[in-house]
Amino acid sequence: MKTENENNENSMNEKADSRRGFLKLGLLTGGVALAGTGITQLLGETSENSGEKVKALTADGKLIEVDSSHIKKTSGNHSPENNIREGVPGKKFVMVIDLARCANKRACVEGCQEMHNVLPPIEYIKVKKMQDVELATPYWFPTLCYQCDNPPCTKVCPVDATFKRSDGIVAIDNERCIGCKFCMAACPYSARTFNFGRPKQVEYSKEHGDEKNICHTGDSSAVGTVSKCDFCPGEGAKGKLPACVKKCPNGVIFYGDENEDTVTNGEEIFQLSTLLTERAAYRQFDILGTKPRVYYLPPDKRGFPFEEAKEKINTEE
Amino acid sequence: MEKLKTESGNGETEIQNNISENGQKEKYKLMEKELMLYNEKQKIETEKRQMEKYRLMEEELLHPIQKIGLAGKVWIGFLVVICLAGLYAYYIQETKSKYETISLRDYTMWGVYISTFVFYVALSLIGALMSATLKLIKFEWYRPLSRIAEIIAVASIMLAGVCIVAAMGRPERLYYLFIYGRIQSPIVWDVIVILTYITASFLLLFIPLLPGIAICRDRLTNKPAWQKLMYRKLSFGWKGSPEQWKIVKKSLKILAILVIPLGVSIHTVTAWLFASTLRPEWDSTNFGPYFVSGAFSLGAAAMIVAVYVLRKAYKLEKYLTDKHFDFLGKMLVFLSLCYLYFNINEYLVPSYKMSTMHANHLLDLFSGETAPTYWLVILFGIAIPAVLPMLPVMRTPLPLTIIAGFAVIAAWFKRYLIVIPGLSHPFLPIQDVPQSWMHYSPSIVEMTIVVATFAALLLIITVFSRLFPIISIWEVAEGDGFNILKINKPVKKEQV
Repeated sequence: MKTENENNENSMNEKADSRRGFLKLGLLTGGVALAGTGITQLLGETSENSGEKVKALTADGKLIEVDSSHIKKTSGNHSPENNIREGVPGKKFVMVIDLARCANKRACVEGCQEMHNVLPPIEYIKVKKMQDVELATPYWFPTLCYQCDNPPCTKVCPVDATFKRSDGIVAIDNERCIGCKFCMAACPYSARTFNFGRPKQVEYSKEHGDEKNICHTGDSSAVGTVSKCDFCPGEGAKGKLPACVKKCPNGVIFYGDENEDTVTNGEEIFQLSTLLTERAAYRQFDILGTKPRVYYLPPDKRGFPFEEAKEKINTEE
Repeated sequence: MEKLKTESGNGETEIQNNISENGQKEKYKLMEKELMLYNEKQKIETEKRQMEKYRLMEEELLHPIQKIGLAGKVWIGFLVVICLAGLYAYYIQETKSKYETISLRDYTMWGVYISTFVFYVALSLIGALMSATLKLIKFEWYRPLSRIAEIIAVASIMLAGVCIVAAMGRPERLYYLFIYGRIQSPIVWDVIVILTYITASFLLLFIPLLPGIAICRDRLTNKPAWQKLMYRKLSFGWKGSPEQWKIVKKSLKILAILVIPLGVSIHTVTAWLFASTLRPEWDSTNFGPYFVSGAFSLGAAAMIVAVYVLRKAYKLEKYLTDKHFDFLGKMLVFLSLCYLYFNINEYLVPSYKMSTMHANHLLDLFSGETAPTYWLVILFGIAIPAVLPMLPVMRTPLPLTIIAGFAVIAAWFKRYLIVIPGLSHPFLPIQDVPQSWMHYSPSIVEMTIVVATFAALLLIITVFSRLFPIISIWEVAEGDGFNILKINKPVKKEQV
């Protein structure tokens, strides 16, 4: 059923693509007919082959050789701090969470809080106890912002303060956010958090400033605005891993680039497509049509028994 | 006359005829003259009596503006104090940590401000309902009600805006909506329709008020200079000429037609603020009409309360009659039944299926923590107003006002129940959070601000009714068969 749907979707996408291509072609020929030689010259320039061949990796993992003129050139030294609205060039960040490995050690939560200068009870990544069916054992479920490809949050933002970037990340411009919290109401995963100006947090943010917040996807210390997990693209751009991935003792969280088709937890490297197929990956509430960029591997064949949390967390107001 | 003449001519001699004919003719002429004179006199007399009747009406309707008693002053002072308390609470909220001053948290990030905003938007539909709809379907009893409805509409839509500003994390960035606004966002739709509705409602209040301001300008000569100046400026040189009347009538008709779709759309778009999210509690195609029907039943209930209070306070029993309560009571029954219908669609259909997504929320409302509020709201907000006023005795002023008063209070709680429990049951369970994150109950600061907006609503209506006729004099006069072209002429000094 699912594959059929996907096939349908694919063929529909192809159709849409070909239609778009046709439209483009039509526009181009029209333009050429109207503008005459000027445009033909321009077209001639771009279609000229340089003759120089370059090796490239496709999305499905094949190594191919293409003419260098077919490679889209992007500014080499991208600095995310310059423009938070621009994604890291050429990247499509993705995450895979292996539920069979999570033992609720909460190292990811603490690592993330340290990375982003937030104090409990604010958690950009949370670990929840989940139980889908009564007879099955519960499992630990790390949840964070899924950086959806069809994000319900960016749709509703009245001032374009939250947006989808080219690297797949849903980021927040805290200088723009008016604090209407509509994105929080729209997010079905409760991934967003609001800075209500908790005195301890304000003080902490003041002390630590932006020094550790190297992701530059927004300023989580801005009172009266929304913040959330940002997939640490600053680290990703440098080929490093987000704090939650690095800190996890069990290697639960994998991080990578969909364009490269690889994910890693720092110790193991997997081909994304193979891992997702072999382990029957799923996305949380995929039925909502949000198209998350975070995949879950089902909690089957766990190497350890489920243990209840020993103490209550975040009890302090 | 003609008949008499021919009858008398029968069976008499010619001479006699001639003589008598002459006599008759003279007599007839005299009689005719007398009759004309009498008619004229009668006409002048009736006109005079009409004029007197009209003057009396004018006087009665201007009475609330003429003199503000001690009770009136105390009432205004009381409302001003509450409004000031609200301003102070807002100052505290904005200067201190919101984590401490308000009870909103990450899960319940919309609280009483948003539910009160929805309440005010609903209340503002009273204008579209009471003045425009009734006017267009020619329900003559709308005449004394239209201005009351319009001032409530204008005041409540303004306060809806105040609630939004109070709810914002960064109110100083409000103007971003205009410089960075994106049409994809339902908030931007809401801003557009609300601003249009404010404009249309304001015009619908102001244009029929023009002759009224002119009356104030001409009659209320004993008022302080600023007030006289205000009447002079605001009447925009109203003379009551036929051309001016033509313009007023025409623009009123256009506005009345315009304001109905606008009213429906503001509340539909407000419903979409919720329905456009994926949360199962709000994910309903029924939400638009559900909100609109709720707004209309609230409008009828609020109108009953307003009419009762104004009639008591300003002794307007002659104009806001028992008949009005009878009509409004029937209207309340009808609109509450409509609302009941949409409630059944909204709650009973999902609860028949009881999918896991809806179950948390629905069971919480039906038998959980919020069940007492939910059932009280159903009882006082829908069931009682839909059933009790079917009895004629319940459509008399006092019982109907009590029913309507409870319905208005229930309407506020209804919005609370739509917003807050809708947020407390997200798809992923709420775990590992402090107590205050799980249960929302509004803080003192929040409630002070909300109560202050209620006080502001009453203050706006009170001050308005103390400066301008709260019942449209010309509309009532027109309904009573007066020729408005004649009576609304400005009166020269000596005539007064």
